[in-house]
Amino acid sequence: MERSEIEAKLVDLLVDELGLERDDITMEARFEEDLDVDSLGVVELLMALEDNFDVKIPDEEAEKITTVGEAAELVSQKLDG
Amino acid sequence: MTGPISRVVLVTGGSRGIGRATAELLAGRGHKVAVNYVSNATAAADAVAAIDAAGGTAIAVQGDVGEEAAVERIVDEVQDQLGQIEILVNNAGITRDDLIMRMKPEAWDDVLQTNLRSVYLCSRAVMRSMLRARWGRIISVSSVAGVYGNAGQANYSAAKAGIIGFTKGLAKEVGSRGITVNAVAPGFIATDMTAALGEDTTSAAVERITLGRLGTAREVATAVGYLASDDASYITGQTVVVDGGLAL
Repeated sequence: MERSEIEAKLVDLLVDELGLERDDITMEARFEEDLDVDSLGVVELLMALEDNFDVKIPDEEAEKITTVGEAAELVSQKLDG
Repeated sequence: MTGPISRVVLVTGGSRGIGRATAELLAGRGHKVAVNYVSNATAAADAVAAIDAAGGTAIAVQGDVGEEAAVERIVDEVQDQLGQIEILVNNAGITRDDLIMRMKPEAWDDVLQTNLRSVYLCSRAVMRSMLRARWGRIISVSSVAGVYGNAGQANYSAAKAGIIGFTKGLAKEVGSRGITVNAVAPGFIATDMTAALGEDTTSAAVERITLGRLGTAREVATAVGYLASDDASYITGQTVVVDGGLAL
């Protein structure tokens, strides 16, 4: 899957699952500080990523995610791996 | 007008006592109930048969809820056979009473593992599907021992008080996702567990109970059933004491 495709799908998930405003979402945006997503929200996003991209994201790697771009990068790595 | 929603329920330690009464009550409301048990397969089969006979749906699922691998397996089995768990009743409990001077570390550890660690393990195991559904009910069976303390039951009292703290903490953690977390604290209820106390202890207890009698397992189950219902949608982090006025 192309990186741009992953990013587009990720943005859709953030809008649909976490109720974020599409315009606020950039790849540099930090979940907790910029997007006001709490820690449980990040966990929920990772669950949605697992379901939608059919990948498995271990907790140790999930804990390191702070920005939207990092989430896209992790999904990309998992799809390649 | 639609009928009540049929949900998937797991009752830990559901083969006897308060667990069984809760399983029967919830099945009677049209829910699909998994009756977990650890050793008494006959009692579990009995509970399932009673629910079947009453026109309900139930399965028996063996496993020690104090152990992580067993909990994962139990939850998987329930999910495969009935669907995602929407209502969790943490009821499994044991006693290993002794004076603190004589209490062996095993008696402490066993009680904490079965009565408290199980609550954490089971709640964690069902959380993913509850978060996804944005709906869930977790009800744990504490005890008046956890509220007021019981002599000779420091381990049991600690575990049951632990459930009350766990309930408050988890309630705050997941409240924004439509999941409520509550506890009930039964007083002296006529079950196998209290039958083991002997007549002297029981009659001394009855003298302190405002309603002048032991409670029945069903009288606790109805409180659990209320907390599990849609009617209790604005109650979370609470411990409902069901003790016949023991504390008054």
